[in-house]
Amino acid sequence: MEQKKLFTFSTRILVATALGAALFFILNTFVRIPTPVPATYIMPSWAIAAFFGALFGPITSALMTLIAVILSGAIDGGMWWSWIIAGGVAGFIYGFAFKFVNVNRGEFKLKGILIFNAIQIAGNVIAWFVVAPVLDILIYAEPVELVFLQGAVAGLTNIIGCAVIGTLLLLAYSATRSKEGSLKKDTDNADKQA
Amino acid sequence: MKINLFTQSREDTFLRRMSGVAKLVCFLLLTFTVMLSYDIRVIAFTIILSFVMFHISKVTWRQIRVIACILLLFLLLNALFTFLLAPEQGVKIYGSRHEIFHIAGRYTLTQEQLLYMSSKLLKYVAVAPLGLIFFLCTDPSELAASLNGIGMPYKGAYAVSLTLRYFPDLQRDYNNISMSQQARGLEMSKKAGFASRVKNALAIIVPLIFSTLERIEVISNAMDLRAFGKHKKRTWYSARKISRQDILAIAVTALIFAVSLYITFFINHSRFYDPFA
Amino acid sequence: MQENDREPIIVFDNFGFQYFSQAEPTLAGIDLKIYPGEKALIVGPSGSGKSTLGHCLNGLIPFAYKGKQTGTLTIAGACSQEQTIFDRSKVVGTVLQDSDGQFVGLTVGEDIAFALENDCMATPEMHRRVEQAAAMVDMDSHLKNSPNELSGGQKQRTALAGVMIDDVQILLFDEPLANLDPATGKTAIEIIDNIHRDTDKTVIIIEHRLEDVLHRPVDRVIVVDDGRIVADMTPDELLCAGVLRAHGIREPLYVTALKYAGVSLTPDMRPSHVESIDLTDADTKLRRWLTTVQRDTAVNQNPPVLSVEDVSFSYDGKRDVLKDVSFEIRQGEMVSIVGRNGAGKTTITQLMCGFETEHSGIIRYQGEDIAPHSIRERAEYLGLVMQNPNQMISEAMIADEVGLGLKLRGIPSEERAERVNTALRVCDLSPYRSWPIAALSFGQKKRVTIASMLTLNPKVLILDEPTAGQDFRHYTEIMRFLARLNEDGLTVVLITHDMHLMLEYTPRAIVLSDGEVIADAPASEVLTDAGVIERANLKETSLYTLTQRAHIESGTDFVQSFIDHEKWLRSRSDDGDG
Repeated sequence: MEQKKLFTFSTRILVATALGAALFFILNTFVRIPTPVPATYIMPSWAIAAFFGALFGPITSALMTLIAVILSGAIDGGMWWSWIIAGGVAGFIYGFAFKFVNVNRGEFKLKGILIFNAIQIAGNVIAWFVVAPVLDILIYAEPVELVFLQGAVAGLTNIIGCAVIGTLLLLAYSATRSKEGSLKKDTDNADKQA
Repeated sequence: MKINLFTQSREDTFLRRMSGVAKLVCFLLLTFTVMLSYDIRVIAFTIILSFVMFHISKVTWRQIRVIACILLLFLLLNALFTFLLAPEQGVKIYGSRHEIFHIAGRYTLTQEQLLYMSSKLLKYVAVAPLGLIFFLCTDPSELAASLNGIGMPYKGAYAVSLTLRYFPDLQRDYNNISMSQQARGLEMSKKAGFASRVKNALAIIVPLIFSTLERIEVISNAMDLRAFGKHKKRTWYSARKISRQDILAIAVTALIFAVSLYITFFINHSRFYDPFA
Repeated sequence: MQENDREPIIVFDNFGFQYFSQAEPTLAGIDLKIYPGEKALIVGPSGSGKSTLGHCLNGLIPFAYKGKQTGTLTIAGACSQEQTIFDRSKVVGTVLQDSDGQFVGLTVGEDIAFALENDCMATPEMHRRVEQAAAMVDMDSHLKNSPNELSGGQKQRTALAGVMIDDVQILLFDEPLANLDPATGKTAIEIIDNIHRDTDKTVIIIEHRLEDVLHRPVDRVIVVDDGRIVADMTPDELLCAGVLRAHGIREPLYVTALKYAGVSLTPDMRPSHVESIDLTDADTKLRRWLTTVQRDTAVNQNPPVLSVEDVSFSYDGKRDVLKDVSFEIRQGEMVSIVGRNGAGKTTITQLMCGFETEHSGIIRYQGEDIAPHSIRERAEYLGLVMQNPNQMISEAMIADEVGLGLKLRGIPSEERAERVNTALRVCDLSPYRSWPIAALSFGQKKRVTIASMLTLNPKVLILDEPTAGQDFRHYTEIMRFLARLNEDGLTVVLITHDMHLMLEYTPRAIVLSDGEVIADAPASEVLTDAGVIERANLKETSLYTLTQRAHIESGTDFVQSFIDHEKWLRSRSDDGDG
């Protein structure tokens, strides 16, 4: 089995980054799921970042969130560098799931679910409970109470979003992988699959 | 439901004639100026500057009306929460206390709080037009070359270019998928419970992701077949030469940035301008 | 086989390849020599290994796809395994099937320059070379256009310029016709031929649409099936050899017609082009055959199930995408709606399904104005099946996917199970009901999406390009299935630009051009009317050309006889099956 390298910037990783960023941007704009708590939403876009992280590694998940968040910031006038950087940090940490979770070979079971979630929780906690508030205080001198409240809301909704949507996506994806290879010559695209 | 990234303003202005690299450098320098300084005079100056550029860029009010309203709402909310959660933040920062009037309980309006909150508000307001102007007046083709030009590795820069290239295609996919799922009975309304909302979202996200994964395969093959990544660097078809005008613009913004740092370190001795001392 | 004193440029020697993910080799025992300057066509059904052969040539194997190789492959004197994909890209230029996937630049100019950028060429020199390359494919006036402003044909020409800019020796086209309308496909074949004649490049075309490629001469046709080369001969020999049907390749329609008429073809009749074939003895046989065909005189007299009355629509309020469009679709009909890209085909379906609202005019279902009906309500009588099944499928398991629409409507689970089972049975999917969808072929996935519509018991099914990118076998499989649904009473509307599909399966075609209905007639009339053909980017059917060459007075009548005869043959073989 080939060794999984976290930081190879191959063409495929690059393309995944670019299309991941576009997907993130589209979902960020169009799809938000209201929670029972008023005015708070779960943003599936972050679950997509965690999903891409598990599939392609930290370069993809970090860079795709950065590109998407900066683009949407520029478009809606909200260039908050503190949150942009925190988003990049979250994406970067999500990517470590790539090393430990073998979705590509259809081996995403309980152990994989636990590792994926441990990593996404770590990423969200560091990014939204630590990095974003601290940078908000440093850059914008925002009051401590406000930024930690905002960070906690973002962190918790992202943890729930990644846990529910991210896990379901990985399960769905690994279901598509498990049967290939083991099937004898598929009738259709057999000669395109690798 | 359609957003146009880069509804380009095709007006021939000096901002459009500037090379992408120069625009990017100026944009970053000005953003950092506002980010680092909390001096309301510096911030106010940058705001005036960015509004002048806004005027030059011939971006119309209609292009940005919606965005401006959302931003304003956000800033008002931010101000409200700041005051509710930390009414004494200004006092803490400036180390003095000049009361204007007492409101109720622990809430007193002070001159310090007023200065702090207006500086912060203006800080946010100052950055908003900069980003908009930059993206509306930059040819997307030039963006990757510019990012690479200021030192970003070319693969990262190319990822930005590809994002812009495939954004409309993925948006079309999204619309198609969303339509076909609606036809099957998917309700996008608010009445549903949380679990079914998640399920509904997944009904759109899953096909979108899987068809995107297919695209990733095809595109990366196409790029490999044309020798992408062969060398440690690459050149750009859309790169533009730096003109004298560009150097002048960079010099002016660098000067502004330097002055703001000078004010911070040698006049205010802090990021804050303290008129109360 | 062509004799050639020169050294071959491509040599497969007892070559085989097996993907790591596959249980069996995809290619085995390939021996093939291709000489410099040759123009070779590789045909074969899906899964035959022809795409894998292409990947071996352009270097994606072993660069992107891993597996086990046996034997040797030598390209321009170099052993394939010792070259990187970068070396190979200087020798072999590939034009991919998916022109959107290949178009990575933000504008035409950038995309053509892509390979030069990767080679670190200086910007001014690059601009000069791009202009030259763009002029070769007539794209020099579009250098600043973005891909969204281009047609499929223009994107493909950009891709061609993008690979030719490297001055490669071999041009490889992977299914160049798959995403093009008939007229654009014809032009594409002409462009490829012009380039082949003007330069000394070796041209390899991988396609399964034999007749369309043979529009211009090729030196050799190589037939691949089941991982092996089963024929390697000139087109004239091939059309007489009778190997095509056995290997799932459709022979040209005029050849089929000649065979029906009892003409036995020989290579010296030069049958590879309908314009040049020697018909000395054939024309009398064709005439005689024409009198024997049993004509199908059944006419659908049912009341209309859908009627579109004077509908106009515009996206931006300025340019009308649809102008006073009117047509009727009768109960139990099978109709095709055709027209070039941008003619309004997609828009009219969006209006019918309620995704957009018409600005004026009325759409009726069984006589009732459907304007008040929501998207969801309309879906209960009007099912829409999108072109790409992967864009419709959101569940992992077949039964869940098929039952999704019912579940979303709150149908109780027993009734749901029953309706799902019925739909699965109708679509021949019952044996797979507990399979994961990922394990299905494209055609089976298509049936899953159709089944998921059928559970809602629609009266009309609209399908967008149901057979796009499918080889003859899968095409036949999908279309016969649809024809059977139609016989059971379902009204079927097909949005397509596949001329075979129109001819064979839909008695009537509605032709749109620039937002107007320019023809509403039997397919045999549409495809023999030069004016309509031109405005809708279609192509004259070779059957019609055949009648002209054989001096048969009514070409339309001949085409209709051919359709009726095929239909009769089909119904006979269906009876045999049942």
